Amino acid sequence: MTAMALDPLEPAEQTSAVARSGRGKWNATLVSGLVLFGLIVLAAVCAPLLTSYDPTAQNLSQAFLPPGAPGHLFGTDSFGRDVLARLLYGGRTDLEVGVFAVVSPFVIGSVVGLVAGWFGGWLDTVIGRIVDIVIAFPFLVLVIALVFAMGPGTTSIYTAITLVGWVAYCRIVRGQVLVAKEQEYAMAARASGLPTWRILLRHLLPNVILQAFVYSMSDIVLTLLAIVTLGFLGLGVPPPNPDWGTMIQDGQQFILTKWYLTTIPGIAVVLVGIALALIADGIVDRTNR
Amino acid sequence: MTAPLTVPVLEAIDLNVDIPMPHARLHAVRGISLSVGGGEAVGLVGESGSGKSLTLRALLGLLPRPARIASGTILIDGQDVTGLPAHRLRHLLTDTMSMVFQDSLTALNPVMRVGDQIAEGPRRKLGRSKSAAHAVAVELMTKVGIPDPERRYEHYPHELSGGMRQRICIAIALSTQPRLILADEPTTALDVTIQARVLDVLGRLRQEEHVGLLLVSHDLAVVGQTCSRLYVMYAGKVVESGDLVDLVTGPRHPYTFSLLRSVPDPDRRIDRLLSIPGQPPDLSTAVVGCSFAPRCPFVVDACREREPELLVMRDRTSACIRVDTADRWTEMVAAEGVTL
Repeated sequence: MTAMALDPLEPAEQTSAVARSGRGKWNATLVSGLVLFGLIVLAAVCAPLLTSYDPTAQNLSQAFLPPGAPGHLFGTDSFGRDVLARLLYGGRTDLEVGVFAVVSPFVIGSVVGLVAGWFGGWLDTVIGRIVDIVIAFPFLVLVIALVFAMGPGTTSIYTAITLVGWVAYCRIVRGQVLVAKEQEYAMAARASGLPTWRILLRHLLPNVILQAFVYSMSDIVLTLLAIVTLGFLGLGVPPPNPDWGTMIQDGQQFILTKWYLTTIPGIAVVLVGIALALIADGIVDRTNR
Repeated sequence: MTAPLTVPVLEAIDLNVDIPMPHARLHAVRGISLSVGGGEAVGLVGESGSGKSLTLRALLGLLPRPARIASGTILIDGQDVTGLPAHRLRHLLTDTMSMVFQDSLTALNPVMRVGDQIAEGPRRKLGRSKSAAHAVAVELMTKVGIPDPERRYEHYPHELSGGMRQRICIAIALSTQPRLILADEPTTALDVTIQARVLDVLGRLRQEEHVGLLLVSHDLAVVGQTCSRLYVMYAGKVVESGDLVDLVTGPRHPYTFSLLRSVPDPDRRIDRLLSIPGQPPDLSTAVVGCSFAPRCPFVVDACREREPELLVMRDRTSACIRVDTADRWTEMVAAEGVTL
């Protein structure tokens, strides 16, 4: 075409290949986070392959074996249950509940925040008031009250955390939308007469979701802690299913003599937290703009 | 070329835009009337804060909050659209017009491939199939002078240079097959050589596609290169309008006159650049008399007493009561030794 002749390559374009390679590449933070989280998930998924013990099988004659005891890498607890086995199987419960309990507040909160921020007006005011009311209560108090009202069990935990947790995502996304909708690309999208749903989903959402996603990573850890707390209060995952919260609670009575009973599941929670934080940071670095 | 006798694609009559402030009301656009015909290139020039961008946005219904149209009429193909319900108005305006923004980096969605952004209009607004929209996008990219469009299609905005991006923006503006493109300082963010190429693209498209152009700029050179007719704005009003050549060779308003004099002439050695002394008036207060009077070299008492009307002289307008002396302005300035 004539356009080619009309337009010799502009100098600035030479850098575009470099710019292109900077984005979309794996960075060390993201990789280490993904590897660590991957290993934890793998360990939980492959629990039956990694240990031959039943995490609920009691053996009172073998109680309180220290870590490194023959056949029990991490020792045994007060009922003689293998700590490693409980840790691995407990990871299954906790990761599953932690991740799934974050998905629905993430989705619901983001959509509500998007709508509130874009349309504004009375809708925004009403949503804002509801958010304020939910936020006025401490997170755990409200979750505990809701789980107590609905009865213990994973369904109750999901429901309660969703009902309380969406407000954080709503606030984050709404704030981002308020900024983004004044940007020229949002105005340009309106100027080209695109349907509103299309502008929201294709132009606004991808630009505002990153913050919410980063928050969701730490939210998984917070949710884990909430589940741990619920377990402590007898409202969590019903016994004898192992979970890290229950393990910490059980070990707590013996903390002065058998420190490893609380420390080992505690470290597991911390490692999950570190892995998710690394993933979040890595994603931010990767999409840095 | 003068204003066509046929019905203009876009016409605004006595348009007023207000910005409510906590303690005042900023009357930013004060009774603007303008028209753009099919395939015509019209410039709207004025300094920062003269209300030219707000005028443009008001025409497309894209005023930033809390600015609003206080009064006035907007006509599309001679039809008054002011009273239409919001969604009908949006459809009609966006069917007729597109907009090109000043900063191409912020005007493009940073997380969407540029090709998809061009294809979006044909796909979602014109209802083309996915492959047809893709083909349209590639064709438009070729048309606006993007080399290797198939490859560029996959790029994100930050991977392209400023000139490339602005051309993508123009392609997006064209993608919905508008009859008029409103361009808000489309070349201000670009350096001069790239600027010339982008203007060239706009000019070429106007001829080939018969798309009208309403170009807002503070840069007389940019407008001079592209447009055939000009509106000069000062303090929210049109102070002069007319054919580009007439206006540049014989300005009929002291503001245009001063503006043209402040453009440096490369053939003449001067010690210092000429400027217009003073500042534009505060638009949150009512201006008594001519708003340019405090800065005008030809001011007389009558200028400060009454707001001058926009005088129509065949195909030109001027809002100066001393317009009859316009032919002698150059001599008057020279004789009195006024430093503009």
